[in-house]
Amino acid sequence: MASITVTIKLFAHFRNGRFKEADHQFPPGVACRDVILGLGFRLGEMGIVMVNGQHAPLDHPLSERDTLALFPLVGGG
Amino acid sequence: MDKILRVNMTDLTTVVEEVPAEWAGLGGRALTSTIVVKEVPPTCHALGPNNKLVFAPGLLSGTAASNSGRLSAGAKSPLTGGIKESNVGGTAAQMFARLGIKALIVEGMPRGEGWYALKVGRDGVTIEEERGLLGLGNFAVIDALQALLGKKTGVIAIGPAGEMKLTSANISVKDPSGKIRSHGRGGLGAVMGSKRIKFIAIDDEGAPGIQMADPEAFKRASRIFTKALMDHPVSGQGLPTYGTNVLVNILHEAGGLPTRNFTHGQFDGHEQICGETMHDTIVARGGKPRHGCHAGCVIQCSQVYHDKDGQYLTSGFEYETIWGLGANCLISELDDIALADNVMDDLGLDSIETAVAFGVAMEAGILPWGDGKEVVRILREEVGKGTALGRVIGSGAGAVGRTYGVTRVPVVKNQAIPAYDPRSVKGIGITYCTSPMGADHTAGYTIATNILNVGGQVDPLKKEGQVELSRNLQIATAAVDSTGMCIFIAFPALDIPECLPALIDMINARFGAKLTGDDVTGLGKNVLKLERAFNLAAGLTSADDRLPEFFCSDPVTPHQAVWDFTNEEIDAFWDF
Repeated sequence: MASITVTIKLFAHFRNGRFKEADHQFPPGVACRDVILGLGFRLGEMGIVMVNGQHAPLDHPLSERDTLALFPLVGGG
Repeated sequence: MDKILRVNMTDLTTVVEEVPAEWAGLGGRALTSTIVVKEVPPTCHALGPNNKLVFAPGLLSGTAASNSGRLSAGAKSPLTGGIKESNVGGTAAQMFARLGIKALIVEGMPRGEGWYALKVGRDGVTIEEERGLLGLGNFAVIDALQALLGKKTGVIAIGPAGEMKLTSANISVKDPSGKIRSHGRGGLGAVMGSKRIKFIAIDDEGAPGIQMADPEAFKRASRIFTKALMDHPVSGQGLPTYGTNVLVNILHEAGGLPTRNFTHGQFDGHEQICGETMHDTIVARGGKPRHGCHAGCVIQCSQVYHDKDGQYLTSGFEYETIWGLGANCLISELDDIALADNVMDDLGLDSIETAVAFGVAMEAGILPWGDGKEVVRILREEVGKGTALGRVIGSGAGAVGRTYGVTRVPVVKNQAIPAYDPRSVKGIGITYCTSPMGADHTAGYTIATNILNVGGQVDPLKKEGQVELSRNLQIATAAVDSTGMCIFIAFPALDIPECLPALIDMINARFGAKLTGDDVTGLGKNVLKLERAFNLAAGLTSADDRLPEFFCSDPVTPHQAVWDFTNEEIDAFWDF
């Protein structure tokens, strides 16, 4: 496979000037970290990184049709 | 000198008492629970003359400490049959503290049909007969009292739900904008209604103010504490911008957003009700995205939400309410939810218990899923007017389930489970099971560590570490609830090393004490054990520390998670 499609979802102020949800193409096995940096984020800004609804480490490799959700550090209760 | 105000509603007398030595180091939840345990027979009827309603400001309430303006209310709960403490912002805690009132204890019950009001001031408390405001909603009561007694008057009131002694009735407290905050959970409004007290008015004119043992040390600690609150991304930026409702999208993504009466873990309409949408709507309509529930709050997680015409619709519009009527009842119109929130505030209903009750009512076929207009009609025309259906819904999710034969009834100790599915966020399930309060997310908010990456990370879908996480958080929360602090100080306290020591330094500077971190942990443990002992003496058992059966048998999407803790694993919570 030449490339994989990953759905990227952004939340809270990460959406400002970017997007809510978009499909992007990446090389197979691309790490979350590289996707995050490629979107212009600093790693220190990341609060929650989820792949398919589960928390994932920054070096987690992504597969075809994965959903990557990125949240700043936010909370409520 | 601090004092205890005691009101006897049986013989309509009041007395000002000295603070017993063993209560001197207590405040907030530690004090209300200590008094309830000492003075209320555990097997009494919660709406009878032997129950007592206790109000106590926190240890730091009334000082300049940021976010210290919480008032605790305690009693035996008519909803759970166990002990209850519920705390609130608003202006009353700080007024009580400045007046030197350590606690207000209301006991007994009038023999006749009359209604009363309490007037609290620098000379103590008086009882007056009340007629004019009976039957009115909370907003009208506050407006009338401000017109009569001045804008500064403090108000603690019940709405029609409390007058009817419905077990979802809350106690409302005036906030700095003249609107409402609530002692929400456990039906404390019904206890106040059983004492036939419509409102408590507070006048702090001429109050002696706070005695500070070491003002300089207090200032130093207070600066460090406030800086920690401002520096942490959750309390400093996230909560002020999006409010608690930022959680809709997070819990949806994590598969922990209970949907259609806890059938699914995700809601298709999440974008329509989420915090991001709410923020943009508030800004576009000229509302306020930031608002504090009490003076001195630096987090300002609250907001003022306007309708399409730019008029006030509601404030203190919380994630749990929006989830409850939104995802849980499939209502995707935020304006409908906001209007329902306003009506619940006015009637004096716990918006978590009532929203979950509507989810069960929809499951029973009483009204269609997603019908926000019918929710508002039922609130106004049925609950507000005390029809039979209205009283069933106003008595909570458990009452609706029992009346209509529904088996999927999300309650623990008969109190509705809020906004986080315990199958896919397992730590919070331990809190729901074991908290002496019944299902209460704030009692040990494992969402911080299970979902939000605050205070470390414990995988929400696995069992490992959840009992310990919930135990540590419940102990810490019982202590924080005794200081008068907002529970959201826990976010910086879990991550910023200077935060908790600064909080303890402030308590020491206020009272001339020498508490250590271990003392504060010990306080939290004592409070939990006291509350647990009350519940056991009231007749609750470890069989009440369980989730409803359907959580074990029905997997929740998208992770197909079930509740899989054994009874022994849950009961190990109490090994401390």
